[in-house]
Amino acid sequence: MTAANTPTTLAGQRSRSPRERLLDRLFIRLTLVLAVCTGVLLAFIVLVIAWRSLPAFQQFGLSFITHSAWNPVPGREDFGVLPMLYGTLVSSFIALLIAVPLGLGTAIFLSEDFLPPQPRMVISFLVELLAAIPSVVYGLWGIFVLIPLLQPVGQWLHTHLGWIPLFSTEPVGPGMLPASLVLAIMVLPILTAIAKDSLEALPPELRQASVGLGATRWWTIFRVLIPAAISGIIGGAMLGLGRALGETMAVTMLIGNANQLNISLLAPANTIASLLANQFPEARGIQVSALMYAALLLMLMTLLVNILAEVIINRLKAKYE
Amino acid sequence: MMNGATPQPEPVFRIENVNIYYGHFKAVRDVTMYIPKNQITAFIGPSGCGKSTILRCLNRLNDLIPSFRLEGKITYHGKNIYDPDIDPVEVRRKIGMVFQKPNPFPKSIYDNVAYGARVINYQGDMDELVERSLRRAALWDEVKDKLKESGFSLSGGQQQRLCIARAIAVEPEVVLMDEPCSALDPISTLKIEELMHELKANYTIVIVTHNMQQATRVADMTAFFNAEPTPKGGKVGYLVEFDTTKVIFGSPKQQATMDYVSGRFG
Amino acid sequence: MTTTTTVHPQVQPLLKRLQFRTLFGWVMTGLVSLCALLTLMPLFAVLGFVLVRGISRFSLDLFTKLPPPPGLSGGGFGNALIGTLIVVLLGTLISVPFGVLTAVYLSEFSNADARQKEIARWVRFGINVLAGVPSIIAGVFAYGLLVTTGIFGYSAMAAGVALAVLMLPTVIRTADEALKIVPQDVRWASVGLGASNYYTIFRVVLPAALPGILTGVILAMARAVGDTAALIFTALFSTFWPRSLLEPIATLSVLVYNFATVPYKPQQELAWAASFFLVMLILIASVASRLVIRRQVKR
Repeated sequence: MTAANTPTTLAGQRSRSPRERLLDRLFIRLTLVLAVCTGVLLAFIVLVIAWRSLPAFQQFGLSFITHSAWNPVPGREDFGVLPMLYGTLVSSFIALLIAVPLGLGTAIFLSEDFLPPQPRMVISFLVELLAAIPSVVYGLWGIFVLIPLLQPVGQWLHTHLGWIPLFSTEPVGPGMLPASLVLAIMVLPILTAIAKDSLEALPPELRQASVGLGATRWWTIFRVLIPAAISGIIGGAMLGLGRALGETMAVTMLIGNANQLNISLLAPANTIASLLANQFPEARGIQVSALMYAALLLMLMTLLVNILAEVIINRLKAKYE
Repeated sequence: MMNGATPQPEPVFRIENVNIYYGHFKAVRDVTMYIPKNQITAFIGPSGCGKSTILRCLNRLNDLIPSFRLEGKITYHGKNIYDPDIDPVEVRRKIGMVFQKPNPFPKSIYDNVAYGARVINYQGDMDELVERSLRRAALWDEVKDKLKESGFSLSGGQQQRLCIARAIAVEPEVVLMDEPCSALDPISTLKIEELMHELKANYTIVIVTHNMQQATRVADMTAFFNAEPTPKGGKVGYLVEFDTTKVIFGSPKQQATMDYVSGRFG
Repeated sequence: MTTTTTVHPQVQPLLKRLQFRTLFGWVMTGLVSLCALLTLMPLFAVLGFVLVRGISRFSLDLFTKLPPPPGLSGGGFGNALIGTLIVVLLGTLISVPFGVLTAVYLSEFSNADARQKEIARWVRFGINVLAGVPSIIAGVFAYGLLVTTGIFGYSAMAAGVALAVLMLPTVIRTADEALKIVPQDVRWASVGLGASNYYTIFRVVLPAALPGILTGVILAMARAVGDTAALIFTALFSTFWPRSLLEPIATLSVLVYNFATVPYKPQQELAWAASFFLVMLILIASVASRLVIRRQVKR
């Protein structure tokens, strides 16, 4: 191949000069150092954010989490992140509630032979493209298409089901509902892809055993395939949750950014990520630190969810390898 | 169940002029034979001769392969199981299958056996059925104290007997076995062979094996398949000879059979 | 018609009849098909709107002019286009050397002994988790490390660092995969001739893995081009042409965000046009990288 430039010596017999050997050792060391750097980058990010949030932590302590006030007026600063924490968790939860059944259904559709392999591959690719569309484009689409489309729906829900607390406020356009819907769209691809991969990774003997006993396709799917792939499906949902918790632009553009805790899905709300996006560019003094504190909470939440997902998915891989 | 009192065994299956294709590729040609009731029929032959393919046609398991196509007739008690008014799911409930590699479900031993019974919506006492099936599969004494443990915790031979118990819990009439011992050690193999002799009283058994001693030990009837090259460069399987095991291994009528059973093959 | 005369009792249960499970199967098949349809619907809805509303505004001006001041029409996103190219390029320049050399370590040198394997396992784990870090956190990190400390301030540099954090996992993973499929005998041939490790890596292994690595870089760049959350408080925005890497800089994605929420029609149109351009860039990159991967698999 390319390395045929020492033709006269036999393989392995050419001794390297000490300088060359030193260089070689240094090169290996360098790659090791870089690898370790990228490995600990995660910890470094947490450290930087924790360091910057220290003043706010000293001032507000843990009550920052349970307190709902956001007052950056100089001299009267008071910060609590409860409404945003609530908004983050609720919007992600609703998104998963919509996306998990849809994603699982699509994954089953794509891992069975309802369609020939070629069209199935095209559909898988299209689902992947859904993940490639930038968040800010979803936001733009949400503002000009989804919100006007949802307005009559919200109005109907409010006038007819207004006695349910979830629909107790007049729809104003932006709010929890459109934000959660767009979040659902955005986490669908990862959920679908991982559920599909774990279903397709199952050994074919499993299906044969079940079908050979006279089980129908759907019996086999519900009683054998889904239980066997469950850790992959849950892992995918966890990764989706991680995405939803930290998703920023589309949510910021659609949720209304109101720092209030309201049970109604038609009312504007806020998430931690949206809070950061909105306030960082103009933040001063202790407000910066308070935002860093909020960012730290968000980071720790997504880390926890992602690490869990990683562990769960790896466990499935170990089972069938 | 009528036991082997009938002198001339009634055929369960008749395979008539069967050709099998995968897409444009012809895998098996012109097979005509029958499977007698309450006996063990062995399919032997070199690899690629289509013996497993034929076996999987008997309970329509090949339907799982999209390009699969069959010409000819496979009748079960006189009815072609490939007729459009036949429900393949019901066929598989009457005609069970044990695979080459033990393939228990990732469930407990109990649930593995109960799975088949739940498939057919069995209404009786489930505990009793599980015990009966495990006893018939000669596994009960080894697992009765750990029914809640995973099926994967068993040894290979035990897993295969678990799969047999799972297959007979559906109460089929026929049990198809696709090289059931090829992944097992000699002692486990012997146990399975003994088991087949016992199961014969209640079930019709068809076994694919590449082990000729095994065929002589267990089978009443033996079918020898071979493969021949096609003009297109592929290989097509066909039935060379079908007779009692005694004739096939003692005085076969075909030279090819003679060569194969005496080890002078290829 | 042919077999109705005498049906064996064993055959009777095999005949098709309408059963609950048949109906259930139809319903379930219908349901999952509907799921697939519903999953694909947003894709077409978003692409369709972006296409229709974005393409109407397309002209050469778009790429050569500055955004109009509020109240005026016309103009373009020339400065944001250049800004996006600059920050993505910066992100690439930082993440690719780091990423590729990390991948070299993981796939070439980490099998030496048990300790190295343990290190590699942890590095891989860290990278996988890093891939799930939200882009806004990457922005907060760059903001806390580089902007408020005054090292760079609001600048293209800070934005480049934030994007590099986001690009790193993709670059490493694809490079790692690409290196793994380089046949072992290629390495032996070189090392057997007495070539040193770095010579083997740079002259033999990396060139062989180049298509795969490039694919990963393109994918990472595609993600970075569309990213906004990491840029809004690192790059900020600017209505002028970029002059320096140490000043706030306009980017396409931040332009979409800023102009989507203003009440002026020309700005909104610009936001749609920029979205269209972004989506086209990303789609082309995704399809191209997929084709490259498929060609490699075929080989």
